[in-house]
Amino acid sequence: MRYFYLIGMMLCFVMSGAVFAKDWEEQHLFQAPNHTLTLRVLSSTDTSLFAPIIDQFVQQNPNISVEYLVTGTVDLYDTFRQNASDFDVVISSAMDLQLKLTNDGHALKISGVSHPDWAQWGQGLFAFTAEPAAIVINRAAFAGRRKPQTRQDLILALRARPEVFRGKIGTYDVRASGLGYLFATQDARASETYWRLMEVMGSLDAQLYCCSGEMLDDVANGTLAIAYNVLGSYAHARPDALKKIEVIFPSDFPTTMMRTVFVPKETSQRSAAVSFLKHLILPSTDVSDLGLFRVPFLTSEPNDMGQSMIALEPALLTYLDVLKRRKFIQAWEDAIIQPSF
Amino acid sequence: MTDTTRISGSLRNRLATTLIGGAAVLAVLLFVVVRGYAAQIAQQGQDSILAASASSILDAAIIRDGSVEVDFPYSALSILSTPSDDRIFYAIYRDDTLLSGYESLPRAPFDGSATTAFTTTDFQDDAVRFISARRILVGENLRTHVSVVVGQTQDGLTLTLNRISRNVAVFGIGFFILAALLSYWATSITIERLTRLTISVTRRGPQDLSPVIAPMPVEMAPLVASLNTLMDRLDQSLNRSEEFIAEAAHRVRTPLATVRSYAEATLQRVSKEENRQALRSMVRAIDESSRAAGQLLDHAMITFRADHLEYQDIDLVELVTEFVRSFSPLAEMKDIEFSLHMSPPVHIAGDPILMQNAVRNVIDNALKYSPCESIISITVSAHPNPRVIITDQGPGFPPEQLNTLTERFTRGDNAEGTVGSGLGLTIAQDVALAHEGHLELSNLPKGGACVTFILSA
Repeated sequence: MRYFYLIGMMLCFVMSGAVFAKDWEEQHLFQAPNHTLTLRVLSSTDTSLFAPIIDQFVQQNPNISVEYLVTGTVDLYDTFRQNASDFDVVISSAMDLQLKLTNDGHALKISGVSHPDWAQWGQGLFAFTAEPAAIVINRAAFAGRRKPQTRQDLILALRARPEVFRGKIGTYDVRASGLGYLFATQDARASETYWRLMEVMGSLDAQLYCCSGEMLDDVANGTLAIAYNVLGSYAHARPDALKKIEVIFPSDFPTTMMRTVFVPKETSQRSAAVSFLKHLILPSTDVSDLGLFRVPFLTSEPNDMGQSMIALEPALLTYLDVLKRRKFIQAWEDAIIQPSF
Repeated sequence: MTDTTRISGSLRNRLATTLIGGAAVLAVLLFVVVRGYAAQIAQQGQDSILAASASSILDAAIIRDGSVEVDFPYSALSILSTPSDDRIFYAIYRDDTLLSGYESLPRAPFDGSATTAFTTTDFQDDAVRFISARRILVGENLRTHVSVVVGQTQDGLTLTLNRISRNVAVFGIGFFILAALLSYWATSITIERLTRLTISVTRRGPQDLSPVIAPMPVEMAPLVASLNTLMDRLDQSLNRSEEFIAEAAHRVRTPLATVRSYAEATLQRVSKEENRQALRSMVRAIDESSRAAGQLLDHAMITFRADHLEYQDIDLVELVTEFVRSFSPLAEMKDIEFSLHMSPPVHIAGDPILMQNAVRNVIDNALKYSPCESIISITVSAHPNPRVIITDQGPGFPPEQLNTLTERFTRGDNAEGTVGSGLGLTIAQDVALAHEGHLELSNLPKGGACVTFILSA
């Protein structure tokens, strides 16, 4: 009997060790002074963006430590699928993947949260930021020239100086990035311009990235002249980079993502997880604090905001469909990956 | 009379209960039927949206290079958005192979050649409505079945149904309250006609046996007609009784008077002492019979009239004076003197015939029991109540019988040898009672009876 117990203990140790052993992009423990429990937060957002708000949470709840684990949206989805019970809060910018997890019944229903209807789904999935996709340009590359304000402008600018931009245009690799895929599909849904833009970018040997952060870095250091569909919020979090780059929100049609959060049904620390979620989605009304948060939180005038957002609805599942995805990736690859001459 | 009326239920309650109960049943029925109907319509609504979703997925299916492509539109799933954020599930199959979507969704069996089928089953802890739809794709050398399953939880449907149920419940309760008020009102106006009839019959005077002539609803007409007939018969019967009593008194007294006068005449002519004795006994017996007949008829008259007295203004002083005058010859025969104590008129409301009977019988009684050469004292006074007090100097009442003497046919033990039927005091008492008064019997301290006839103020 004792042996079984020991073996069980060892198994547990090994299994939990296996989770810890995963290679995270970032892993940070916000240690609470009177630590009694640890919330494991699975997120796709860089730690630096969320550190202030998590610090604030730990201050207000001195017995709850927060372990903040960062990975890409697609990996986040797969990781959660495999070990749902290992995490207490899940934050991601890939609305479609988050919605699918919620639709599949993984999100805990939290009632009594007054949140605009368009910013939550099924009382399980809550949106708490509004982050538009942006065109980020290197100021030097456009010195003395008109900066593109729309996608059409961008196409014309690229066609006007192909030699300048060849190999110096960046965008998401939609095959690797969940957020990139979401932006691409929503763009394609909104306008045919997207495909023409991809054709042009493909012809100029576009570089593909996994993450907004890296694209911003490369635009700032001149490796790229233009990055398309970048999260503007990341740019604003890097004041030094802002001197060299400019963030343009296309005026033809906005594609605005909402970062979403849910508490998995499988968590064993429900009340702590729920209070963390409430802390996120109901940022303290203290306006001076808002400066600390480097992400644009949903504000209290949500009704006109709701219009330009990617709708949080089950239709987001459409492009997650295997057949649809295969076809979309096919079309996208045909456009953007062109044999170089 | 009302004490003896047997009560069995209430028409008003029965009517109201029936109407209100009916309204309650109708309200519940209304609720059930409307809710059922609403549920059906709501389900049809969900089904038609599911069908639209499924068909727009199916319509996007094409065969390209031997494989099935389903580039379904965004709207195929976005039309399934509901305010209560229902979860959705879908799956696309080629023949029986899952191409994309959720695994292990329940597939409703198709009925014959139907292309759609619905089923509601529990899936992932929720009740989910599923539609299965299929289509045959024909390629160049290929013919294959593509089918889709689309499911949606029923939170929105439940929400809608609950809202409808609430509204229908409010409507049903409103309907019930309105119907109840209406029932109460209808019952009241129906019963009011009966109440009015009752009041009009109750308020009638004792002599009023005329038919009810107010217009009546057709349902009450037979009752009123019967009532009128009954009253008519009662009226006739009363008239007949009155006539019969008068006739009987006349028929009995007149022959007796004739026989008595013959006996008196014969007594004058007969000289043999034993025959005279026999004739005197005969006259006495005739007197006794005559008195008894008179008193019996008096008593019958009182019993008959007591129920419906004919009130008139009567002066007691005048009434007594008249009787004293008429009894005077009889009194003189026994050397009895009347001593009257009365001066102002004492007016009362009473039935003159009954009052006469009462006073006559009391004075007659006093005369009978008074010894010769005595005084009968009669006092009429108005205070505290109108009363007539008659005292004599006779043997008085046996003290142990004071309470029973007024019973019918009871005579004092000391009345042997005096002509009497035992009805005189009974008659006086009945008349007093009929006029809400009473009769007091007592003995005077120095001997002699005292009868006090008291009327109500």
